[in-house]
Amino acid sequence: MAAAVPCCFHCGAAVLEAHRWRSPVLGAEREFCCAGCQAVARTIVAGGFEKYYETRSAAGPQPQDLPPAEIYDDPAAQQQFAVRTGEHRRSATLILDRIRCAACLWLNEQWLRCLPGLTRVDVNYATHRAQVEWDERATRLSRILEAVRAIGYDAYPFDPQRQAGLERAARRAALWRLFVAGFGAMQVMMYAIPAYLDDGGTLPPESAQMLRWASLVLTLPVILFSCGPFFSAAWRDLRLRRIGLDTPIALGIAAGFGASVWATLTASGEVYFDSISMLVFLLLGARYAELLARGRAARGLDRLSRWMPSFALRLDGEATEKVAAHALAVGDRVVVPAGERVPADGVVERGCSSVDESLLTGESAPVAKAAGATLTGGSVNVEQPLVMRVTRVGAETAAASIVRLVERAAAAKPALVAGADRIAHVLTYVVIGVALLAYLGSRDPWIAVAVLVVTCPCALALAAPIALTAAAARLLERGVALTRSGALEALSRASDIVLDKTGTLSSGKLTLAHTEVLGELDAPGCLALARALEASSRHPIARAFGAGAHAAPVKELVNYPGHGVQALVAGRRVRIGKAAFCAELAGSPARHDDLRSSAYLAGESGWLARFVLEDTLRGDAVSLVHELRAAGLRVHLVSGDEPRAVAALARTLGIASHAGGATPQDKFAFVERLQAEGRVVAMLGDGLNDAPVLARADVSIAMGGGSEIAQLRSDLVLLGERLAAVPEALAGARRAMRVIRQNFGWALAYNALALPAAAAGWVGPWEAAVGMAASSFIVVLNALRLAARGGDPGTWKAVSTSSFLSRSRSYF
Amino acid sequence: MESSLYLLVPLSVALVFLIGWVFWRALHGGQFDDLERPGYSILEDDDRKSGSEPDSRPPEA
Repeated sequence: MAAAVPCCFHCGAAVLEAHRWRSPVLGAEREFCCAGCQAVARTIVAGGFEKYYETRSAAGPQPQDLPPAEIYDDPAAQQQFAVRTGEHRRSATLILDRIRCAACLWLNEQWLRCLPGLTRVDVNYATHRAQVEWDERATRLSRILEAVRAIGYDAYPFDPQRQAGLERAARRAALWRLFVAGFGAMQVMMYAIPAYLDDGGTLPPESAQMLRWASLVLTLPVILFSCGPFFSAAWRDLRLRRIGLDTPIALGIAAGFGASVWATLTASGEVYFDSISMLVFLLLGARYAELLARGRAARGLDRLSRWMPSFALRLDGEATEKVAAHALAVGDRVVVPAGERVPADGVVERGCSSVDESLLTGESAPVAKAAGATLTGGSVNVEQPLVMRVTRVGAETAAASIVRLVERAAAAKPALVAGADRIAHVLTYVVIGVALLAYLGSRDPWIAVAVLVVTCPCALALAAPIALTAAAARLLERGVALTRSGALEALSRASDIVLDKTGTLSSGKLTLAHTEVLGELDAPGCLALARALEASSRHPIARAFGAGAHAAPVKELVNYPGHGVQALVAGRRVRIGKAAFCAELAGSPARHDDLRSSAYLAGESGWLARFVLEDTLRGDAVSLVHELRAAGLRVHLVSGDEPRAVAALARTLGIASHAGGATPQDKFAFVERLQAEGRVVAMLGDGLNDAPVLARADVSIAMGGGSEIAQLRSDLVLLGERLAAVPEALAGARRAMRVIRQNFGWALAYNALALPAAAAGWVGPWEAAVGMAASSFIVVLNALRLAARGGDPGTWKAVSTSSFLSRSRSYF
Repeated sequence: MESSLYLLVPLSVALVFLIGWVFWRALHGGQFDDLERPGYSILEDDDRKSGSEPDSRPPEA
């Protein structure tokens, strides 16, 4: 039959018109079913990727007529999925569709790499997603998509809605397989009971034989349908001439089923249909739990990407117009009604309200917002309507940036996971070898089956990834985004933490500590004068004087950037600013050294006052240091600020090791010195200015503040202003590593005991099935403890039924 | 007595397939897609049900 009708070399379909479409591939003339397959094969060969046909384990996809890809070039449409990464560069995540095997992904990756104008290509083999970055001057997105179509695949930009549909389908399919196996196992068990209870003669042979046949009929769907994933994975590995995690399981099931069918047909020996179907049920149960665990872990990210509202009220003059949120452009003015979500990142123009940003920052108390404050898309306006001006939309919003960063981290395989995979891989070879030896030694196929089934390399392979995903999801809930996959391990080992002062322990907002009167005017008078001068200034120092009554009308106000302000107040010329600047007017040099955090006030008659300014310490800075120390870390304070100010702060916080006036090089050397002592250094800093030091530390934590998250280069990002998240992240990382160690210990100990026991023939197929499934289950359940919401009583009080419902809706 | 087995065993096999079919219908009708939310729907007031309920579930494809 196969010889009579040749198969298409590319897609495997029957060739109906022989010799019509031919082309040489791999050194021989090949037949194709249609012009499309022929063209694809020619393209692949011409591109120099013939190797694909050697390594592939499944037939290629037949090319299809697809709607034109030009619609994706539309800038408005691109806002949804593409992000600007440089002046002419854009980047997007594409879903690669119609992928059949690993060779397909390899082909797509190599193919995209050869395209002109593409500056970066990362293909994720697990999720079938490709991160591409292209130069707008050299190529367009539609050309990239069409290039993928030219080799028979399809690519489209990643759209969470579509992805959700695919995930639901996968969940349903898994549940259906599980049910078929479970019900089959239950019923087959019932048919097996009479044979177990039979103590010779009570069960007539004809009845026994009928029960065997009934068992066979009900085990058939379990084998043919429910075992599909095991067999297809094993088959794929076999085609690629390697052994995967599913190979021993598939072998065990096939051998057990085959032996039982033989026994039924010949009405001899023993049947183990019940053991086989129960094994499949337990295995699929463990897999389903794993699927749910992954879904649950991914939910944190979904919250961020799906909680953007779909509609926005755009303000057109005075009238409002309901538009789709993705149609918003930078600069649009939008009304956010009370109780609604903010549709994009922006700045408050009018109104005063409080906004719940817990989604992003983990901070449950609403934050007050007035004109000029920044709003993050996805947060909820709690009290009053606000008018905002849009500053960032679509893929460039903070929420989308976080999702991308965290996804990138999740896609990478940390060393820990890669190591476990290698061990699991070796173990599969050992298992198959031992099964073979056991069979040759005992001549009993059931011992071989027990060996194949009882050892569980999956428990080993599952031990770390689920725990890491669950821990990352939990951290995200608490306002910490994990952007490098190995960071949790490094954080759990940290012995020292280096803190930066400005923008980290302190808020970066200056306040007036005290006023030193230098001339004839009293302190309140000086302050009123200073307020008058700074009233129109936007300099950070200006805010320190606060709003309030000021002395007199101000005339001839001149701003000298970098130096200060000069004006005529009530007929007198006064200056406020740096010592040198004021000294020009005062006529005498300053009597004090010019500390960075002082502002001077001077008139024509001489010096008036010195204002000592202080960076306000964050409210939770003290407890942060306390908790870090309680967690066993040595705390260091390193800052570029004036050494005396840093020393004073260190005293307040009780930090013994501190260094002030540090340049970025000094900070770098400080971290290096600690590392030379064998310490594992964590660094908490502001992600933009401390980037080199953060990169040097073993693990880095940046204060994101909700703004330039995409540009931050650190392992963990604090999404809010809550410093308490740092010890939480530390505790989370340590818990995750503890769970992973437990999982590894359990998986290794289980296999070390089970393998010899099964090889010695002490374990029946039935016990093997239970042991193997239980070992997977225990690993998954142990990891899931990390994702559990523990000790958060506040949320329950605050959440009303209606908001709870709106929350659960977003999970669909 | 023993002959009843020849009726009952095939019957039980048929029953398994019947139950399988019923479950298949339920699964693909979306009954297992969300096991949490229906539990909260009894806490909802009936008047809310008519107002905000219809849009709380995206239409099934």
